Amino acid sequence: MAGKKIVCRCNDVTVEEVEALIDSGITDIEELKRLLRIGMGPCQGRTCIPIVLGILARKTGRKQEDIPLPRARVPTRPVRVEVIVGGADE
Amino acid sequence: MSKIAVIGGGIIGVATAYELAKLGEEVILFEKNYFGSGSTFRCATGIRAQFTDEANIRLMKYSVERWEKLEEELNFDINFRQTGYLFLATSEDEVEAFKANIKLQNRFGVPTRLIDMDEAREIVPILNTEPFLAGAWNPKDGKANPFKTLFAYLFRAREMGIDAREHTEVIGFEREGNTITAVKFRHNGRIERVRVDAVLNAANAWAPLINEMAGLKRNLVPITAYKHQLVKTEPLEPGQAEPLVCPPSWNDAYIIQDGEDGGIICGAGIEHKAKSLNDVEPTYDFLRGVLSYAVKIAPPLRYAHIVRQWAGFYAKPPDSNPAIGKLLDNFYIAAGFSGHGFMMAPAVGQAMAELMTKGRSSVPLDWEWYDPYRFERGELRSSAFQIG
Repeated sequence: MAGKKIVCRCNDVTVEEVEALIDSGITDIEELKRLLRIGMGPCQGRTCIPIVLGILARKTGRKQEDIPLPRARVPTRPVRVEVIVGGADE
Repeated sequence: MSKIAVIGGGIIGVATAYELAKLGEEVILFEKNYFGSGSTFRCATGIRAQFTDEANIRLMKYSVERWEKLEEELNFDINFRQTGYLFLATSEDEVEAFKANIKLQNRFGVPTRLIDMDEAREIVPILNTEPFLAGAWNPKDGKANPFKTLFAYLFRAREMGIDAREHTEVIGFEREGNTITAVKFRHNGRIERVRVDAVLNAANAWAPLINEMAGLKRNLVPITAYKHQLVKTEPLEPGQAEPLVCPPSWNDAYIIQDGEDGGIICGAGIEHKAKSLNDVEPTYDFLRGVLSYAVKIAPPLRYAHIVRQWAGFYAKPPDSNPAIGKLLDNFYIAAGFSGHGFMMAPAVGQAMAELMTKGRSSVPLDWEWYDPYRFERGELRSSAFQIG
């Protein structure tokens, strides 16, 4: 769609959605993450989190480095289940 | 109108704040971190009336009825769906136990029934039916999005005028006799106080600390924080494992497909006593353990990728039943939900708000069963059926 700017490719979240939520008063990145599912897809936020940090800093007048990053979850890259359980029940 | 302080911005605190606002009360809600940061945003999304005792069955029967209307009431898409819970028996003894539970649930209007493995396979296409003899199936159980549900309550409550503050830590009370008269709190390093007419302790794993601040014994309501972990796969085609599927005899392991993105959430009863109330570090033994159960329940999961693992707390009293009721003249508690707070919130929030303002409630909540003073009297209830 023309003009649709995607922030999160895993969960198809747009810049407009992020901005609208910040405008509604949600400025905690852990809350933005959970309401929009940014950082919760298979890429674990590699693409979206830096962009959202930038938007959040611009809209709230904070410095980007003052905004804590959302807690990272293991694994940092997707791992196939059989890699983990391989020998466990063979 | 009285001024009521609610401590804890998880689902119980927020739902109660909303119900209090509905009753016309002035509410100030305190959350020391971000909303939902304690247990709510770490939960596995499930909602069920399949318990094994009358008190929890009746409470959850009512709660599910509230869930059915919640989206309309709060005017927010919370993704509540009645995709059922399917418990699976691995022995004849367990089948008999299922039958007894089903009879009890049916008596209170919960439509659970015993099903065979052909029907189970129709409900869960990726199920490995071979190890199981029968299933206990309640199609009215379900799931919802905990993030959206909490904010749905919060947004509506704010529209009705509640003062909800996050990153604001309660640090003490002023008390005269058995009455709390003021709450002291800290925000951005500044300490303030507010006069209140009543207080609800909805801090779940942190509730004993709040009780202590109110001058009560920390262990009056003995809640232990157990680290409970979950693992989630990449998104899969919806419909693979929509109900929560659990063979209780396999360490309460379960799988449930996330209603939002289709990833499979995998849990199991592999608990670690938390080292501190900040200890939510995931562990490798859990990852390996939970996935070995998950592939036994649904073998195709072997070929899926896991994308994340996280931990939260089961805030557990010794009998796994929450403490709900009055502790002092105007100091109340609803905490220790043992992994059941999200599903119980619509019923408990309403019951608590009604108790605090009217002294009684129309919700079928057995106050004696959940009495917070039962531990001090040395009474324990039969353990609430807990999975994962």
